[in-house]
Amino acid sequence: MVNKISTAEEVKQHPAFREALVSLLYQLADDNFILSFRGSEWLGLAPQLESDVAFSSIWQDHMGHAALFYRMLEELGEGRADDLAHLRTPHEMRNAILTERSNGPGDYIVNPQYDWAYAVVRQFIFDLFESVRMTSLQQSSYLPLAQAAAKVAREKPYHVLHGESWLGQMIKTEEGQVRLKKALTNVWHDLGDLFSLGEMGEKMVEYGLTESEDFLRQRFVDRLRKVFDTYNINWPGELPKQMELNGRLGEHTDELAQALDILSEVYRQDPAANW
Amino acid sequence: MNTSAVWEKLKQVKDPELPTVSIVDMGMVKDVSVREKQMEIQLIPTFVGCPALEIIKQEVLKQLQPEFEGEIKIKFVLDIPWTSDRINDEGRENLKKMGIAPPPKHFNIGEPWVAECPYCGSPKTVMDNLFGPTACRSILYCTHCKNPFEAIKPI
Repeated sequence: MVNKISTAEEVKQHPAFREALVSLLYQLADDNFILSFRGSEWLGLAPQLESDVAFSSIWQDHMGHAALFYRMLEELGEGRADDLAHLRTPHEMRNAILTERSNGPGDYIVNPQYDWAYAVVRQFIFDLFESVRMTSLQQSSYLPLAQAAAKVAREKPYHVLHGESWLGQMIKTEEGQVRLKKALTNVWHDLGDLFSLGEMGEKMVEYGLTESEDFLRQRFVDRLRKVFDTYNINWPGELPKQMELNGRLGEHTDELAQALDILSEVYRQDPAANW
Repeated sequence: MNTSAVWEKLKQVKDPELPTVSIVDMGMVKDVSVREKQMEIQLIPTFVGCPALEIIKQEVLKQLQPEFEGEIKIKFVLDIPWTSDRINDEGRENLKKMGIAPPPKHFNIGEPWVAECPYCGSPKTVMDNLFGPTACRSILYCTHCKNPFEAIKPI
């Protein structure tokens, strides 16, 4: 049984614990931050007005969750939350590869040829994973993280339901099935590092900060299989064990650098500006 | 200024996105503690990403600062999560005045959600969009009185 730690000040007395906790919080913050940027790139482009409203609301929630985790890092002495979000290099980011992938060819302003099927399948898969992760983190040995997870977990069912309803719609038509299959193949390819806890993973588990990678992966598979059974969607095959890149180790595609360039362009011009 | 006077003042603070409902009625005020030179207000965010939080904080200060000679600390806390059951009866009535259906009481996530039309009270409503103009609202349609309306998401 691991004792719970209730304040950032207490954490600072235990450097090894702090290192593991900080490492975990970067994964949580960066996943939500980068993917909410990708989601926001759909603003005004979603196929219907309703999906535009829903999608922007969903990513606003995620941006709020990212801000919450960056603030927790600030409390632990990592620096200002805004700086952590905007001033780190791609190599310092710990988001999973799935969250940084572009929405498709083209540019937000000039001729975006984004793939809506990929967008909603990625949203569904990420939020199902996030739901599993937040449920688990409610038992975290760092009490403020456990409390934050309890709060975020209550918002998750709405996100999961959104993605799930799109699966239900796509499976109904032939074109939808083709698009769904392609999107699932692409998302599946990037699932390797989503479950990775990075180099501090064993310490995180030992300190009771989170459950293990294997546990989270299994819980995710169990929940996803149920959804696929409901809609008669074929299981795309085993989750990839090998990964070309592991975002949790700071390995990323050029798509992350491109995202950060746009996302932080204004902030980087004058980091001292008062927003 | 004593604690009950502070609570009265807080009833004047409205959520900018729900101008008929006070933050007290929304169940967003967790705790008020007043000492001679210092006051602390603990608020609970409805949704973590709600952009109105900063505005609410400023509104609370605006209400209290003129009548208190000391430091006022306003903290958003998460040690208990906000749930839609925290909205009190007055809040539920005031939501309806704005055309927003209050959430069902004692809702368990995953249950079917029946929202009653805030205009005619009919339960014959359909979900139009789970997501609405703010994080805490959905958009529905009443098949009885043919009005579109919004509803607070049960969480």
